[in-house]
Amino acid sequence: MLADLAMAVTLVGVTAYVVLGGADFGAGFWDLTAGGAKRGAPVRAMIKRAMAPVWEANHVWLIFVLVMLWTAFPEAFGALTSTLAIPLFLAALGIVLRGGAFALKGEAGTIAEARALGATFALSSVLVPFFLGTSAGAIAAGEVPLGNAAGDAWGSWTGTLPIFVGLLAVVTGAHLAAVFLGADSQRAGQPELVHAFRRRALGSGVVAGALAIAGLVVVNSEAPDLYDGLTSGAGLACVIGSAAAGLATLALEWRERFEVARYSAAAAVAAIVAGWAFAQEPYLLPPDVTVQEAAASDAVLTALLIAAGLGMALLVPALVWLFRLALSGRLAYEEEPRP
Amino acid sequence: MIDGALGGPGTQEYLLEAREMQAMSFAVHIPLVCFGIAFPAMVVFLEGLWLRTGDPLYKALAKRWSKAMLILFAIGVVTGTILSFEMGLLWPEFMATFGDVFGLAFGIEGFSFFMEAIFIAIYVYGWDRLPPRVHIAVGFPVILAGFAGSLNVIAVNGWMNQPTGFSIRNGEVVDVEPITALFNSNLWHELTHMYLAGFMVAGFMVASVYGYAWLRGRRDRRHLTGLVVALSFAALVAPVQLLVGDWSARTVAERQPIKLAALEGLKETEKGAPFEVGGGIEIPKALSLLAFHDPDATVRGLDTVPEEDQPPTGIVKLSFRAMVAIGTGLAALGVWFVWMWWRRGRLPRTLWFHRALVAAGPLSVVALIAGWVTTEVGRQPWVVYEVMRTEDAVTGASGIPVGFAALGLVYVALAAIAYVMLRRLARKPFEVEA
Ligand code: HDD
Ligand code: HEM
Ligand code: HEM
Repeated sequence: MLADLAMAVTLVGVTAYVVLGGADFGAGFWDLTAGGAKRGAPVRAMIKRAMAPVWEANHVWLIFVLVMLWTAFPEAFGALTSTLAIPLFLAALGIVLRGGAFALKGEAGTIAEARALGATFALSSVLVPFFLGTSAGAIAAGEVPLGNAAGDAWGSWTGTLPIFVGLLAVVTGAHLAAVFLGADSQRAGQPELVHAFRRRALGSGVVAGALAIAGLVVVNSEAPDLYDGLTSGAGLACVIGSAAAGLATLALEWRERFEVARYSAAAAVAAIVAGWAFAQEPYLLPPDVTVQEAAASDAVLTALLIAAGLGMALLVPALVWLFRLALSGRLAYEEEPRP
Repeated sequence: MIDGALGGPGTQEYLLEAREMQAMSFAVHIPLVCFGIAFPAMVVFLEGLWLRTGDPLYKALAKRWSKAMLILFAIGVVTGTILSFEMGLLWPEFMATFGDVFGLAFGIEGFSFFMEAIFIAIYVYGWDRLPPRVHIAVGFPVILAGFAGSLNVIAVNGWMNQPTGFSIRNGEVVDVEPITALFNSNLWHELTHMYLAGFMVAGFMVASVYGYAWLRGRRDRRHLTGLVVALSFAALVAPVQLLVGDWSARTVAERQPIKLAALEGLKETEKGAPFEVGGGIEIPKALSLLAFHDPDATVRGLDTVPEEDQPPTGIVKLSFRAMVAIGTGLAALGVWFVWMWWRRGRLPRTLWFHRALVAAGPLSVVALIAGWVTTEVGRQPWVVYEVMRTEDAVTGASGIPVGFAALGLVYVALAAIAYVMLRRLARKPFEVEA
């Protein structure tokens, strides 16, 4: 019971990171593909404006997930980080490069500097979700056994399913970002940008949907147990919910109703995370280790859950305030005059 | 003693590299977080001066500093993320065995990171957009979160040095009491010492920059104000740090006698032990006096434990001496400044004062790292003091040297870019509102 609750709280963190952090990574994807310095400038400026005040807060969800995992499920955490050392380390390096480049971009003095920083930012924005996705995929594929580096250092995360989840993470992030940026452009009153992001949102939405459907085929052949979970009971409900939310998002994007599409797009992604959790139940590291077995003692879980409850009571109002200020343009980024 | 819950690393050829990689990552993160600890207080202080006096110079300076603060914060965030990953990537056995014991502190820390990230963004991007009173109020949660974040991470380190809140039965960790583990007996001196160190490092580093500008002839009111505000924070803290350092040393003497022996390079147990200042000069009975406040106290030597349980003494002894010497020097510098400012209302005029200031910033960073080397290397060969060995905590994965090299390169690049960008920020035209 306590173990399930701790898992649920962890998954709330995972979902928040996949949606909020994912959209920040996706913004990097659009930065990468925005075109030359001149043509891409408006898109890049909007990305910067939207991301600057919130990316650090969004990033903390990842730390939250790590901390929940190692406190509530320490042995599973050790197994994960030792077997999946390569993709996790690459993701961590990517996070450093991306955060550093983004923070310093604003101070770039010449076009060449801005380009180099921009390219670093954009490229690492694609790599991080990919490697984190492959790590999640490796868990789903049952490639992470209990033990110190007991799984295959390369094989565990380079199978079809992990690679596939990595790609899905990149594409869903890009889609979320397009929707969020579309909405931000609308609020900023920039119709050309709204158009630009509409195209990107529809395109990436269709690709994400197609990938998700192809994904079911991959899961069927690579991880039959997971497939059973996704096609029955609560898992199935989530899959259907995700599909419905995805279709609704496409319709909303078509009509440029981005403000509502924000929520439906987020719901579609959240439903995938929930569906995965239900389908894998009761296992944390399939095929052997259950959530229950992996959990820390009740004393630890109780203290952690109380701390998390109190923390959330502080966090939620603060986050709401930050997002309201940011969305209403009151924290809009302002360039200092160039020397 | 306990082996890892995952069944041990087998053989890890690159334990030393893993330790060095951990040390490098700390050496990058910890100086940065000093700015997360102290910069918000300095900026809020300047903003408060502006609100009280209405002098636009204070506001312009506060805005400028808050920009730098945001850049340093962002780099602190990403380097801290590396540390969080490394806990698992380098030390999975340690995490698997004890993650639940000390995890609560990290759980609370996570929320203080959220608070810091949220309010720092509102603060820095909210200049001129929020009413002034609301704006300055937003600064306080940032200061508080910096303190809470330090408290919790230090709680973990204190626990590693003074593990409590669990028992070991049949090689398993049982009866975990997370609250007891959180408030371990090493927490208080480490927290106080580190928190003050944060103010010293941030204050002296900023003062160094202005001291350099002074030597280069930029001596207008803006530069003077920046120098005096930053230096005041550091100078007031520096003498207090000596007392806290003494408290730390006595706590170590009592609870980690072997670490103390390593600090002093004391091979054999001695009654009324002398303190070696360096170069073979000894002050009789001084060590007993320092460590126990009793000239005739007995100090345990390294030889009271088997060789494989002794920490490497050379580096620990050197680091400790460096910290104490620098700490004493910085306290003297602080007292000099405070005295002149208080009695004469001006800075000392001699060039040497400003030269010393330029050196003070980097030296405070050296003291900071030296202090952590003292604590961490002095704890070896244990990762959890007298409970788990570092060699049992390490990962069984291969490729540590590759990761080490890659991370090193990334950090060098990051440092270079950050330096260039901060320089550029400093050169931007300084706008004081009319
Ligand atoms: C600006 C930085 C700074 C300065 C000037 C000093 N220290 Fe320090 N010292 C640290 C920064 C530091 C630290 C923040 O790096 C450490 C590492 C762990 C800790 O609690 O604080 C530390 C640790 C540390 C320890 C080990 C504590 C332990 O392992 O539990 C001792 C015994 C001292 N210090 C003693 C001193 C003395 C006697 C000083 C004065 C002369 C002094 N320190 C100045
Ligand atoms: C949470 C609080 C911790 C703090 C503040 C801390 C701080 C430090 C610092 C500053 C250093 C030395 C830096 C240098 O040499 O330049 C260090 C070294 C080291 N730390 Fe920690 N540490 C912490 C936790 C850990 C953890 C979780 C581990 C892993 C199990 C660890 C293992 C080590 C090791 C192995 C070294 C290298 C020692 C050597 O080179 O002999 N520390 N730590
Ligand atoms: C002496 C020890 C440490 C102190 C005083 C300290 C303090 C801080 C502070 C004040 C911040 C806020 C960011 C900033 O100001 O730049 C921060 C960031 C961070 N630290 Fe540390 N830290 C220490 C060691 C560690 C260790 C051992 C870990 C992980 C195992 C860690 C993980 C992090 C993370 C993940 C962040 C980013 C938080 C965010 O996203 O906002 N730190 N740290």
